[in-house]
Amino acid sequence: MRLEQRERTPVALAVGAPVAAVALSLALAVLPLWAAGAPIGPAFVAMVKGALGSRFALSETLTRATPLILTGLAVVVAFRARLWNIGAEGQLYLGAMAAVLVGSGAVVLSPVVMIPLVLVAGAAAGALLMLVPTLLKTRLGVDEVVTTLLLNFVVLLFVQMMLEGPMQDPMSLGWPQSAPIIPEATLPPVLERTRVHAGLIVAIAAALVVWIMMERTVWGFEIRATGANPDAARFAGMRIGWIMVRVGLISGALAGLAGVSEVAGLKGYLTRDLSPGFGYSGIAVAMLAQLHPLGVLAAAFFVAAVFVGADSMSRALGVSSYIANLIVATALLTMLLAGLVTRYRIRWR
Amino acid sequence: MGDILDILTTAAFWAAAIRIATPLIFGTLGELICERAGVLNLGIEGIMTAGALTGWLSVYLGADLATGVLLAALVGVVFGLLHGLFTVPLGLSQHVTGIGITLLATSLSYFVYRVVLPDTSSPPRIDAFPPVAAELGGIPVLGPLLFQQTALTWLALLAVIVVAYVLYRTPVGLAVRTVGENPAAAEAQGIDVTVVRIGAVMVGSALMAVGGAFLTMSAFNAFFFEMVNGRGWICIALVVFASWQPGKALLGALLFGAFDAYQVRLQQTVGSLVPYQLFLMLPYLLSILALVVMSRRAAYPKALMIPYRKGER
Repeated sequence: MRLEQRERTPVALAVGAPVAAVALSLALAVLPLWAAGAPIGPAFVAMVKGALGSRFALSETLTRATPLILTGLAVVVAFRARLWNIGAEGQLYLGAMAAVLVGSGAVVLSPVVMIPLVLVAGAAAGALLMLVPTLLKTRLGVDEVVTTLLLNFVVLLFVQMMLEGPMQDPMSLGWPQSAPIIPEATLPPVLERTRVHAGLIVAIAAALVVWIMMERTVWGFEIRATGANPDAARFAGMRIGWIMVRVGLISGALAGLAGVSEVAGLKGYLTRDLSPGFGYSGIAVAMLAQLHPLGVLAAAFFVAAVFVGADSMSRALGVSSYIANLIVATALLTMLLAGLVTRYRIRWR
Repeated sequence: MGDILDILTTAAFWAAAIRIATPLIFGTLGELICERAGVLNLGIEGIMTAGALTGWLSVYLGADLATGVLLAALVGVVFGLLHGLFTVPLGLSQHVTGIGITLLATSLSYFVYRVVLPDTSSPPRIDAFPPVAAELGGIPVLGPLLFQQTALTWLALLAVIVVAYVLYRTPVGLAVRTVGENPAAAEAQGIDVTVVRIGAVMVGSALMAVGGAFLTMSAFNAFFFEMVNGRGWICIALVVFASWQPGKALLGALLFGAFDAYQVRLQQTVGSLVPYQLFLMLPYLLSILALVVMSRRAAYPKALMIPYRKGER
């Protein structure tokens, strides 16, 4: 078997391969459904209905997609530069915590000031957290994969400690949860009688900004050049260390925003289970989007639909909703293969 | 203060250190074999989870303990094969594939667990590995340190010797090291780089899975969600700490086990003064610290993370 690089990718393949990859991941879900003894057809129907079948279902999917867009973007920016930030989960939690610190009554100002304030606080917290592994990488050559992964555990314990200590809401009757976000700092709902909130607008705006940055600015060019070939980029006079720091800050900030969005738009207060792994799912989102900032919107919607649909199917048929994680993980792997066949021609000899 | 230091002189403490180190020895050796062949395996966290589930489930469904360990290893081999196929002949990103394998293996384990036990909140226990020689447990020092340990701990120590021997004293080990350092030279020697790399990843993944199985078959005796709890990632740090050498991997895992056992005991002595979460953070922070200290002189296998394609440079 040989791989030959394609000079150009036929349009049909560029579109068809990712679609086929997603279809394959859904088709493979037949196996676990069958193993669980669920009726295959009704299970899929329940999933589609639960995710897309009504105004409410669709709104739940959009709500779920909101943090996934932001963590997906965090991963896109980092991976484009081959900065392996696997720490979006921790950055998300630290962002949420910063939002609670400023947004639960420490300062009370009009929403015009408060909302930007919590967004900036959360983004800054995420960015600062990601700065640590980034500097360890650029200054000391410490592999960022392991440091970002390990920091996720440290941050979660830190959050737990704060929620059982200084940040515990005195009104929470002993539950480890923070004081609520004040109304002035709450991201307002954007669709009536649904849980969709302004975080979705922040997320879509972030996708547009990241897209413009990546495609139309010098920063974006430097990031792409560094990822494609760091030696060539260095030879061309780019300061790789500084570019990496910038990438780390942007990536961490985006993940931090995901935390703000969840805590100030949806949950209202911080708990230990704010995120069911949005940081890790962000990696799947980014890969499904083939690391394209606008593709993240579609990919996050798909992943959110799988999760929301599986939850609903699980309630109806009693099949564990872990099937959603299974489908998303499979989609991540099949998408890697799709990326391969769009870039290479496989020759069998 | 005396109490805090006295802990270090008790045999029970060192017995706990060895027990805590056992899954890390397996995981670190497994990752080390993969990386020595040039393949980073971030699937480790998920493969350990899958091993933990498989070992537990086999015994729960009536298999004997040895069969459970073998089945866990087999599941590791299968995930290793998947990782190997993606990263070696296809040359796909080792980082992304590994994360994908971790997500897949973890969610598959949780799903299977829920298929078997749709809604229990108290996970059923199994009859786990007993101490290898409980009747010798009374012997001072050696009793708790070795004879009270289970067969899996002995297997871990044996694995260190076997891996070190194979890696440094056999043609297979030489082939593994060569494909990780200089695959083109290996090819020139008539070594099939693809086969050796995939094989190394499969064997390494089997060890990881057995490390996971230790958790359910020798430590907690039941399967819990999130029970691997970052041990896989810690193993990856330990491989760097160990400079990719099996002997140092054992040393690193033991030091880590001692540290972890110590923080647990420290929690009991001074726990009322400091939030317990700070103690729980220490193992992760220690791993990061170890990476920072060792990274300067880390001698990575030269071809680590570089896919090899015949005839390409």
